[in-house]
Amino acid sequence: MESKLREFFNTNFKDSLVKEETFRGDLSFFVKAEDLYAVCEALLDSHELQVKLLADITSVDWLHTDEEKDGRFEVVYNLYSIPNQFRFFIKVRLSGDDPKVKTVTDLWAGANWMEREVWDLMGIEFVGHPNLTKILTADELDGHPLRKDFPLTWEQPKFTWNQNDPPEVIK
Amino acid sequence: MGIEEKIPDSIILTSLDKMVNWARKRSMWPLGFGLACCAIEMISTFSPHFDLARYGMEVMRPSPRQADLMIVAGRVSMKMAPVVKTLYEQMPNPKWVISMGACASCGGVFNNYAILQGVDRIIPVDIFVPGCPPRPEQLMDGILKLQEKLEKESLKDERTEWGRKTV
Amino acid sequence: MSTESKTITLNMGPQHPSTHGVLRVILELDGETVVKAEPVLGYLHTGIEKTMESKLYYKALPCTDRMDYLAPMSNNLGYSLAVEKLMDIEVPEKVKWARVCLAELTRVNSHLVWLGTHALDIGAMSMLLYTFRDRESIIDVYEACGGQRMMTSYIRIGGLAHDLPVDFDKRVRNIIKQVENGLEDYETLLTNNEIFINRTKDVAVISAEDAINWSLTGPMLRGSGIKHDLRKANPYTGYENFDFEVCVGKKGDAYDRYVLRVEEIRQSLRIMKQALDGMPEGPYLAHVPGVVLPPKEDVLYKMESMIFHFKIITEGFKSPKGAVYQALESPKGEIGFYINSDGTNKPNRVRVRPPSMINLGSLPKLVEGRMFSDVITAIGSIDIVLGEVDR
Repeated sequence: MESKLREFFNTNFKDSLVKEETFRGDLSFFVKAEDLYAVCEALLDSHELQVKLLADITSVDWLHTDEEKDGRFEVVYNLYSIPNQFRFFIKVRLSGDDPKVKTVTDLWAGANWMEREVWDLMGIEFVGHPNLTKILTADELDGHPLRKDFPLTWEQPKFTWNQNDPPEVIK
Repeated sequence: MGIEEKIPDSIILTSLDKMVNWARKRSMWPLGFGLACCAIEMISTFSPHFDLARYGMEVMRPSPRQADLMIVAGRVSMKMAPVVKTLYEQMPNPKWVISMGACASCGGVFNNYAILQGVDRIIPVDIFVPGCPPRPEQLMDGILKLQEKLEKESLKDERTEWGRKTV
Repeated sequence: MSTESKTITLNMGPQHPSTHGVLRVILELDGETVVKAEPVLGYLHTGIEKTMESKLYYKALPCTDRMDYLAPMSNNLGYSLAVEKLMDIEVPEKVKWARVCLAELTRVNSHLVWLGTHALDIGAMSMLLYTFRDRESIIDVYEACGGQRMMTSYIRIGGLAHDLPVDFDKRVRNIIKQVENGLEDYETLLTNNEIFINRTKDVAVISAEDAINWSLTGPMLRGSGIKHDLRKANPYTGYENFDFEVCVGKKGDAYDRYVLRVEEIRQSLRIMKQALDGMPEGPYLAHVPGVVLPPKEDVLYKMESMIFHFKIITEGFKSPKGAVYQALESPKGEIGFYINSDGTNKPNRVRVRPPSMINLGSLPKLVEGRMFSDVITAIGSIDIVLGEVDR
């Protein structure tokens, strides 16, 4: 399966592939962000590879590390081929100022909530997503909690009922 | 035969406070409302093994308008806090609150942006039950402690939004 | 008289007795037919992923219990396996067998709670009382192992927290017997029950293609007839040594998923028997100084162990730079831990692939165009735990 995947990338997406990495048996392909949709579409269409299951979409923030030079954010697509029982990752690096990548919701319906979650928690925009709104955090919360510059213990108790009239402490 | 035969022709002398508290204590209906892990332990408490029905509290009410006791079982997130507050306000007086578990009492292990650091910031709490999650016996103990506390209350006590003041 | 038909919007939850937690669903109804269903999440958002980033690898472990609180051991196992993969630790043989046994015990626990609550939602109230009776014995074993009824944190990085309790074998064998007998009762109550069949057959149907397209895993995927189980496909912690069947459904409706889960309990009992029979003797922790905590009894008497214990607790261990993903078959589906390390003693990013959240994403697909009462069945048959959905 690994050699088939390499062959797939070498024949169809030689220019899109940035690098290939294997760590502890997990195979990942870094592709250019603008080609991501085309790669996913080709993988889904490929009869030989049978990559039909998008297991997960997640993201990483590399702020203040030496990895930041390649782009602050990393979006990880976790793909699985059920007939071949093989898992691999497609990763894209995005800049810190305006992280954007094309949505894959029209390829995989399940990507809808995963992309919403990434947007909510990490602030990466998925262009063309049908309903890119908050999914987990409270409506009052500003910002994207999983970013490294968001403080962990910052409370934002901006409830509408007590904004002007904070509760007394019981004595 | 039973007590009902004796009652009609007997007189019981007591204070009104004591009689009302006696009645309230033995028919406290909790709101069937769970948030997180502690809710499962709460269900265990109601299940036959631990059998909360022994204390007259097994009637879980799905509607806050019929409930006297709110067991906040689990972590209260910032998004859930307004809902918990609304539920509390919908309950008719007199009402009591048990904060079950470390997360509801003080935020527990989750000292972060998403979790309210203690449900007593939004509603008055009568009994805090510690544990993560508390054992069913602990919850029962909390309920019994609440009943003890209830016996000391008086009808004269003024109920305010932020706790009770003795006049 | 106006003849135009109007839809009404109905809000269900977040405080609703049959949503298994604080799920809120906004339903648009035309009469009794659901036109649109939109789940609203986040009422239990705990920030677990962010919290785990701020902790040492060891200290992040208790957070995993509190996600899927019906299957705590599966989460512990997933996280421990992911860190072991990152640090390249090989665990002793006994640990593997004990872990398999505990993971299957957890599956039985989770499925029993599912069975009780799902039947309760549909109207069979007594099931909850029966399944919680059986669950109580499993919880007792948890308590004997980890000292806690639910949040055990028993499976640790590199092994277990303590050795297995002395009467572990006897207790688990009793549970196997008890659940086997119990299952017969449950099946008499439900499998041929006219009301149960009417409420679940041909309800919440999802086809095999759709199931894959919606990224479903676990019983939701197998219920649609796809034979995919990570225990067989990519065996972890020694599942390749065990003999069991992967059960599949045919139609992909709620009834199929019920039959499938009951059958999965049977297979779990079978695996547990094998694990108990073949449990080897040996240490309960891997010996990797500086990474795996030394056994507690050594810490009190041996200088070296105490130093390592102190070092690991205070400053942790440095991990190599890289990203690992460890998936395992939890009772709800594929739970995966993606740990991204930047070479320090804390993870740079921990992502948990939440099976119940991704399965719940298919709820609109399952209920749209169906009757209103089917929504309850659909939510129940997905088997969600809100702690894991919202994290």
